[in-house]
Amino acid sequence: MIEVKDIVMSFGNKTVLDHISAVFARGKTNLIIGRSGSGKTVLLKSIVGLLQVTQGEILFDNIVFNKLDFYGQKEIRRQIGMIFQGSALFDSMNVEQNVMFPLDMFSDMDLQGKRERVNFCLNRVNLENVNHLSPAELSGGMKKRVAIARAISLNPKYLLCDEPNSGLDPQTSIVIDNLIKEITEEYNMTTIINTHDMNSVLEIGEKVTYIHEGHIEWEGTKDDILHSQNQHLDNFVFASGMGRKIKSIM
Amino acid sequence: MLVGKIFSRPEKFSIYYRKTLREIELLGLNSLGIVALVSVFIGAVITMQTAYNIENPFIPRYMVGLTARDTMLLEFASTMIALILAGKVGSSISSEIGTMRVTEQIDALEIMGVNSAGYLILPKIIANVFFFPILTILSMVIGVIGGWMVCILLNVITPEDYISGIRYAFIPYYIFYSCVKMMIYAFIISTVPAYHGYYVEGGSLEVGKASTRSVVYCSILILSVDVIITQLLLS
Repeated sequence: MIEVKDIVMSFGNKTVLDHISAVFARGKTNLIIGRSGSGKTVLLKSIVGLLQVTQGEILFDNIVFNKLDFYGQKEIRRQIGMIFQGSALFDSMNVEQNVMFPLDMFSDMDLQGKRERVNFCLNRVNLENVNHLSPAELSGGMKKRVAIARAISLNPKYLLCDEPNSGLDPQTSIVIDNLIKEITEEYNMTTIINTHDMNSVLEIGEKVTYIHEGHIEWEGTKDDILHSQNQHLDNFVFASGMGRKIKSIM
Repeated sequence: MLVGKIFSRPEKFSIYYRKTLREIELLGLNSLGIVALVSVFIGAVITMQTAYNIENPFIPRYMVGLTARDTMLLEFASTMIALILAGKVGSSISSEIGTMRVTEQIDALEIMGVNSAGYLILPKIIANVFFFPILTILSMVIGVIGGWMVCILLNVITPEDYISGIRYAFIPYYIFYSCVKMMIYAFIISTVPAYHGYYVEGGSLEVGKASTRSVVYCSILILSVDVIITQLLLS
């Protein structure tokens, strides 16, 4: 479980996160949604310590992460898998080396064991015979899958995804969404997904947190969204003409 | 703060060792060609200019070889080569790390619990500090050969006079002095561009600017350090 308590994040005079508190449960796909610039990515980066919060606490299974020293944070981070918006695969390594990198760094497995684990992770994300391709030779969807394979290679307890569908077509997005959901349930991970893709929300949003101008405006499930009376959430979810028509029918 | 992170204990020595060998290949061995090419021409030009400017019957002709040798040993094989490497290697380090920053690859390392500064920069420092003095010695040898070649091809002085000059009053300390200088330059060429790349913000345009800025700062630092080290080691 990941919990954020009364988080404030300011850049100079601008407050980007304004007293945010939320609990992200284990074994569920927790989605953070909101308009561009609402503070989603800042919240996600604050949770993993890439940005230091001005105020508040971030707890990983009741351990106050942001009060730990550098080495303490490193220990927690080894249990985190993260998928970045642009995949963030290492350009200088091929697919196999990318997925093997966390194993090289933090496991005592022999080469054969590491190869087997890499192939298992790649098979799990439905990739085969791509071990020796470089990231530049992969499509956007394949890059995301390799990023997921790398993220799960060390069996992490926490999986954080920053707009995993960014730049993907709707069908591939659904495949990636379902993959993340399956992996979350299979390994009982605490998963947080940052997105503004409504297809994702309606497909896998077991718990949805809507952020508006730096504060939590609404929380609920994907089913609650359709019946929400929150004006800001409605404007976000049913932004298109088609969306407004659907809302008027409901 | 960055220096503290760079020199903190590595997560796994074997990974850092392998990465250091790779950096020696990428930054050092891949610079052999440019160093050799520049050195041979510098050696040739120094020899020609010295020969054309010392047209005095009271100065023996072998002084051309001696001057060419000492100029290569004292200054060109270290400082001139360092300035060239600042352009080639420095911009490469800055743009590589800068691109990793803007494409979130450094964030990915940090999330994994890897000390990104140590993993990315320390192997480059070790590789350069270890290998650049070898390039300096190579440059000395090739520069002297370049001078000898113009003696043969253009007959500016006789090859025998040139060889006599090369052998005359040789001071081995000059090689040590030049290598010490190059080790300090190597540290500058590794750390200054790494710093500019590591803290870059924005996109490809900023990466390019950081790369240019790092080469300029490196060049200024190299020339400033040259004065200080020369005063300390040769005065």
